[in-house]
Amino acid sequence: MKPILDIQQVSKLFQLYHKGLPYLSFRDRITGMFKKRDEVEEFWALKDISFTVEPGESIGIIGRNGAGKSTLLKILSKITPPTTGRIVSRGRIASLLEVGTGFHQELTGRENIYMNGSILGMRKWEIDKKFDEIVDFSGTDKFLDMALKHYSSGMQLRLAFAVAAHLEPEILVLDEVLAVGDVAFQRKCFQKMEDISSGGRTIILVSHNMTQVKQLCKKGVLLDQGKLQFVGNMHDAISGYLNNSVRNNNIDVSSLGRMGTKSPDFTIQTMRVLNVKEDLQVLEGDKLSLEIEYEVFAPINELVVGFSLTDFYGNNVVECRSTASYKKFEGAVGRYRARVDVFPGVSSGTYNLNVGARSDVSHLEFIPSVASLDILPAVSELEEWNKSSAGILSVKSDWDIKKI
Amino acid sequence: MQAQQKENIISSDRSVILNLSELWSYRELFYFFTWRDVKVKYKQTTLGVIWVVLQPILTVIIFSFFFGRALNVEKTSPGLPYPVFVFSGLLLWNFFSSSVNSAGNSMLTNAPIIKKIYFPRIIIPVTALLVSGVDFIVAFVAYVGVLIYYNVHIDFMALLIFWPISIMFLLLGTLGISCWLAALNVKYRDFRYVIPFGLQIALFVSPVIYPASIISERWVNYVLALNPMYAAINFFRVPLTGANSIDIVLMLISSVSSTLFVLLGIYYFKRTEAFFADIA
Repeated sequence: MKPILDIQQVSKLFQLYHKGLPYLSFRDRITGMFKKRDEVEEFWALKDISFTVEPGESIGIIGRNGAGKSTLLKILSKITPPTTGRIVSRGRIASLLEVGTGFHQELTGRENIYMNGSILGMRKWEIDKKFDEIVDFSGTDKFLDMALKHYSSGMQLRLAFAVAAHLEPEILVLDEVLAVGDVAFQRKCFQKMEDISSGGRTIILVSHNMTQVKQLCKKGVLLDQGKLQFVGNMHDAISGYLNNSVRNNNIDVSSLGRMGTKSPDFTIQTMRVLNVKEDLQVLEGDKLSLEIEYEVFAPINELVVGFSLTDFYGNNVVECRSTASYKKFEGAVGRYRARVDVFPGVSSGTYNLNVGARSDVSHLEFIPSVASLDILPAVSELEEWNKSSAGILSVKSDWDIKKI
Repeated sequence: MQAQQKENIISSDRSVILNLSELWSYRELFYFFTWRDVKVKYKQTTLGVIWVVLQPILTVIIFSFFFGRALNVEKTSPGLPYPVFVFSGLLLWNFFSSSVNSAGNSMLTNAPIIKKIYFPRIIIPVTALLVSGVDFIVAFVAYVGVLIYYNVHIDFMALLIFWPISIMFLLLGTLGISCWLAALNVKYRDFRYVIPFGLQIALFVSPVIYPASIISERWVNYVLALNPMYAAINFFRVPLTGANSIDIVLMLISSVSSTLFVLLGIYYFKRTEAFFADIA
């Protein structure tokens, strides 16, 4: 059988305009005629990507930010054309790069179901047929004839996802959209995705959530800076990803983007994760030990250093500051190494590790996404469906069950 | 072994020819976009669709008050009251101007959708025409009412010939200019300011409030005929004015220019549409 998707040497070139915005004005055009064209930088978002997808196969595309994942999805969805190369598809592609595309705040829930469904490529009779199912799935039946602007954001997301979940294309392209709503709804969505996948349809998923990709996809594609690093078994793709996201436990933070006042008096130099299993993987419930090295160039009043873990949706889940052990400490000139041991107590998933420091008057430095930390489900001998806990926190609980 | 699906190829070469069978398969989207825009347009307005009638009627009253006597239309077309004269121009003009205005900005207002999902992009500017078309039909009913009120003598034979021709010019010209401006506005944001200004100028070079015949120099008329609205409005009035001579050269110039507008407009749109998502 021929592959359902055949991606042949696809490349995408972007031109970066260093001055101003990517679109032009006539003035720029006219003045541009007299200037050297040195302001345009060429950037290959994708370079020579080739792989095939068999019918019924689910593949996960992973990689760091800027690896070209979203560009690849946009090309697959026909939103933007490849610069060179081509893709042969043998089935209807529906893409879901965002939930609620085309939702309009002034329209009612009912009207938005039709609008959104139609934009996603459903025919009117298809929507008619599935209408009750969609409403049922979203749980918004009481508000159906109310304008969308009166919905809570959670309700809007549920409605949007409910429509999307009832698409029935041969190939479904998804961009991290599983991450909507509350935990219960997320599980429902995830279940739906698993049904679609086991129903013989092809899913292409981009996600930062390794636990999720691992559960849904057998095959993985690893991208790094626009190039194809690996295609094959999902497990190998993930370990490839983790290897290349942090090559050793010493994370060099000098090249990372910083926020805050960027004071010349202070800088964070390196960060180490001490007790990781294999490359920034920690078991759920385990201790996490971090070392932060920083240098103070001029005395700082009431220096506080700390780190935080943000989850997939950007929520600050854990934040630890040195004030936990030192009420106050003078930031005299010198180099320091701070070590912290912590039981993060969060359930399995992928988290971003951020570090920062502040004085009594200002945010000295904040480095977001220093690394992504994978917290693995602890009870690995359990069945697949039972592995991940649905809660945000992972708490120790003792059970005692007797027959009465 | 299941039957092999039709192969679709995604590549860098883009056709500038409209893919009509693809557009046909997306026909419902035309409907839904139009339906959305019409609904949203009149939500939370007390008078709702009455605005569609009220706007041209008020304009007609104001124009009649200020220009009616000065222009003395009666001289060129006896028996045609100025309000009817100006309404027959405004009816078409409003369709053109509201289409061009909303189509011109349509790619930008729909940018969030364009960046996230594929569909033939031309649906968006065409939807602007369809929405204006709904208004046109409502205003047309009011127009017929005005015709009856003034008891205007209409040449029905001329009507059967000239109204369809007029509407065809109107649609071709509007479609061409709308697509062209919609595409230009994505690339050059200057057009956000150019469009309203241009429409204002265009109102005065189109024979909306004055009859084309007040310009006596022939060549000026020929230049003005390059404006597709010139022909559309002129032909629309023929059954009312009872003009018995049609300038063949004028007609030819307008036909060629509307055809060129629609071909160039769609050509430019198709040529640039692939990159809308990158720069919108």
